[in-house]
Amino acid sequence: MKEKMKRLERELKRLEALQADGIDVSEAIDKRKLELKALKVDFPMDAWDRVIKARDAKRPVASQYIESLVEGFMEFHGDRRFGDDPALIGGVGWIGDTAFTILGQEKGVGTKERVKRNFGMLNPEGYRKAQRLMKQAEKFQRPILCLVDTPGAFCGLGAEERGQGQAIAESLTIMAGLEVPVITIVIGEGGSGGALAMSVSDEVWMMENSIYSILSPEGFASILWKDSSKAQEASEVMKITAQDLESFGMVDRVVKEPEEFSIETLPSVIESIREMIVETAAAYQALPVEALLKKRYEKFRAMGKVSEKEGME
Amino acid sequence: MLFKKRTYATIQLPKTKEPFVQTEADPISRGEVIPEGDFHKCPNCGEIFYAEILKTTEGVCQKCGQHLRLGARERIAQITDVFDEFHMRMEETNPLDFPGYEKKLASYRERSQEEEGVITGVAEIAEQRCILAVMDAGFMMGSMGSVVGEKITLAVERAKAEDLPLIIFCASGGARMQEGIYSLMQMAKISLAIEAFSKAGGLYISVLTDPTTGGVTASFAMQGDLIVAEPGTLIGFAGRRVIEQTIRQILPEGFQRAEFLLEKGFVDRIVPRNEMKETLSGILRLHGGIR
Repeated sequence: MKEKMKRLERELKRLEALQADGIDVSEAIDKRKLELKALKVDFPMDAWDRVIKARDAKRPVASQYIESLVEGFMEFHGDRRFGDDPALIGGVGWIGDTAFTILGQEKGVGTKERVKRNFGMLNPEGYRKAQRLMKQAEKFQRPILCLVDTPGAFCGLGAEERGQGQAIAESLTIMAGLEVPVITIVIGEGGSGGALAMSVSDEVWMMENSIYSILSPEGFASILWKDSSKAQEASEVMKITAQDLESFGMVDRVVKEPEEFSIETLPSVIESIREMIVETAAAYQALPVEALLKKRYEKFRAMGKVSEKEGME
Repeated sequence: MLFKKRTYATIQLPKTKEPFVQTEADPISRGEVIPEGDFHKCPNCGEIFYAEILKTTEGVCQKCGQHLRLGARERIAQITDVFDEFHMRMEETNPLDFPGYEKKLASYRERSQEEEGVITGVAEIAEQRCILAVMDAGFMMGSMGSVVGEKITLAVERAKAEDLPLIIFCASGGARMQEGIYSLMQMAKISLAIEAFSKAGGLYISVLTDPTTGGVTASFAMQGDLIVAEPGTLIGFAGRRVIEQTIRQILPEGFQRAEFLLEKGFVDRIVPRNEMKETLSGILRLHGGIR
């Protein structure tokens, strides 16, 4: 059905070009538009397909990226304040010949592991562990790679008691001032403030079928339309795909995925980005610190920029 | 260049307490703001007052001490002696072409007679000059969209450029859903500005007022050098309902209130409304080196 939709869209484009050239094909255009509309009702929404892919249980998770991408990875634990959050993997290892600090939001594989990892939903101690390792990376002049894959920061009693909001706020502050390059790759779900807390970066990349949003489509539908079952519709209006974000200038690169993206096909993807990660980090590391910070500032400064209306009342 | 352009009007606010009256429809019916009219019921204890009496108490219930929600203008009148507003008229945005958003914005503008959910300007508080941003919970739940984010960022940048202290009164239900990812990015944008201001040695006082939640809590509300809160203020990251659904438990009394956050170490001081001006001017003097 998707194929048919694509074919119709292609034909429509061609016909519209003809129409623009002054040849009357409006009947044929209308016919195809109607057909497409009917199909879209029955088989809607590209965005929703991507939501499903982004959440697919077979999709590679952060620990598998690290395994395949990083040599000699050493994991380090704990936030030195409260505990160690299993939803955040942090450590140091080699990508090519460069030592990177790597931080990955980990969803886990298999039910038992997923529960242990809290489905990739970090508690405040997860963000504070990330902060500690980021500051350490800065001290030792290492670039940082963040892998984002979270439905959102965990919403629980303990999380609130230990200052979930403050923890995320602090992560934003620290990333704003980091004097080493930071690259973020959204590998699955980039859920809200919980994702942003690892994405105030010099470059933000997204995997082709990952999403990045203010809230889950379910949550969005529930807040705006009081109906969480309208998630599919929400995913479309929210503009959350890698392609949407690239068009907004919020994402620097979209990484192509194979048709079936799983642990089996992951190595080919890793090979396609390894060099790019090293080279990008090196390019930013070559900048003087003031220039690096200024560039990061200006990158986010331009997002949602609004100008003043002409004249005064 | 924006800093140089004097595109704001000067409002000389009276030294005496202005009566603060908010005429918005639903927040009143929800008992959240002080209504125009004869009587008002406290949303906390149910006590019924003459509205005139409430006005003389700065919107605080005299029976139970509940601090009722205030509009931004009333707040500014209470704590400043002089206030020069800037960036009064920003272009409206609908970055996602979200259906019905413009109409919704227009209706809030009509009702509140305000352009957006935050007012920013240069203020004098007991002879101390500072940059002041005051959010308004009555404007679309005080949600943060691009205009709110831009106005706050410009305020922070101005504080840095003019070497003035910064005070932000937070009041927000969180993200502006209709602006999606653009709303989220305002958190990053403002955080970068605050970090640059902080590195330059600027003082930032964050004042948390009811309610301070979601993305605002997870960014500039919690980034103050000093964080003060009004009594009883709701302060949290996730909403009560979401947490209860997640943990399948009813949350305890007083959870996410200012007093709870003070106990947990996330707030410096709780300051009642009638002491707010004095407290802020005291902090400003301590950091300005003038007794």
